[in-house]
Amino acid sequence: MTTAVETIRDVPFTIGGRSFHSRLMVGTGKYRDNDTMARAIEASGAEIVTVAVRRVDLDRTKEEGVLYHLDAKRYFLLANTAGCYTAEDAVRYARLAREAGFNEFIKLEVIGDQETLLPDVQGLLVATRTLVAEGFKVLAYTNEDLVTALRLEDAGCAAVMPLASPIGSGLGLLNPFGVRTIKRRLQVPVVVDAGVGTASDACLTMEQGVDGILMNTALAAARDPVAMARAMRQAVEAGRTAYLAGRMPKREVAMPSSPLEGMLD
Amino acid sequence: MNDMVEVKVNGESRAVARGATLLELLESLALDPRAVVVEHNRTIVRRPALAAVTVAPGDAIELVHFVGGG
Repeated sequence: MTTAVETIRDVPFTIGGRSFHSRLMVGTGKYRDNDTMARAIEASGAEIVTVAVRRVDLDRTKEEGVLYHLDAKRYFLLANTAGCYTAEDAVRYARLAREAGFNEFIKLEVIGDQETLLPDVQGLLVATRTLVAEGFKVLAYTNEDLVTALRLEDAGCAAVMPLASPIGSGLGLLNPFGVRTIKRRLQVPVVVDAGVGTASDACLTMEQGVDGILMNTALAAARDPVAMARAMRQAVEAGRTAYLAGRMPKREVAMPSSPLEGMLD
Repeated sequence: MNDMVEVKVNGESRAVARGATLLELLESLALDPRAVVVEHNRTIVRRPALAAVTVAPGDAIELVHFVGGG
């Protein structure tokens, strides 16, 4: 007898008219060294890789940017506006990122609070409208509030990115209902961004039916980032497949798995 | 008359040759024009135009690139 692994039929993961093979997107920040980063990204299987826009260090011109360690032909670089606290700043960073010449996609962050790094949803909407009008494909980092997500979709976002929990917290998916509701109500892709800490978080997140996950610290701050990247790749695939498979209903009483008939007297 | 002018590059004052172009500024900083994006007084200057824009005293120039981020 031969066994074959059946592949589950899935829809392509498409954002802004571009299809990607991996539903896992990863960041490039906070790795202990560039070699570990490159190997972790490789192990994650991610195609979309985020980067930030910052000043060149003029006193250490030998230090190359992140592109020196990442093949820009192999990965789809998604620039972010991390660190921006106003719509105006975020738009400025987005324009600079686009000028770097890779693509018109931008991961839009407008932060509203320094301690929690929670988004300023009003600033997010203002910046989204400006950037969409300029031809950007906006992927907006937001909270798990449905109404904000709907407004962002209306404003023309290519994808909406609700958080699992605060950036860098590793607290996992705090509001599965909120994320699931956003996914159910939006037409554009929903990619959970931030807060995933370990593989079970990623799996649980994908089981909500979202289109993908973006993570950074979960890999960079793991004791072994390369091994964690591999685990995350498997978890995202497992969670996606489980979602497509359709889980059994939960019930509050036990149901025997073995027949009740044929028991001995 | 002094043949150097003061400009701000990435927030720091620097003396550059009067009449220098943005491309010459990058060269003086040993920066590859293909590896940075130049913002001159809040306006992005595209690579082909770098040799055509000259700096003036008090100009604010930002030189940015991609770094690791999430």
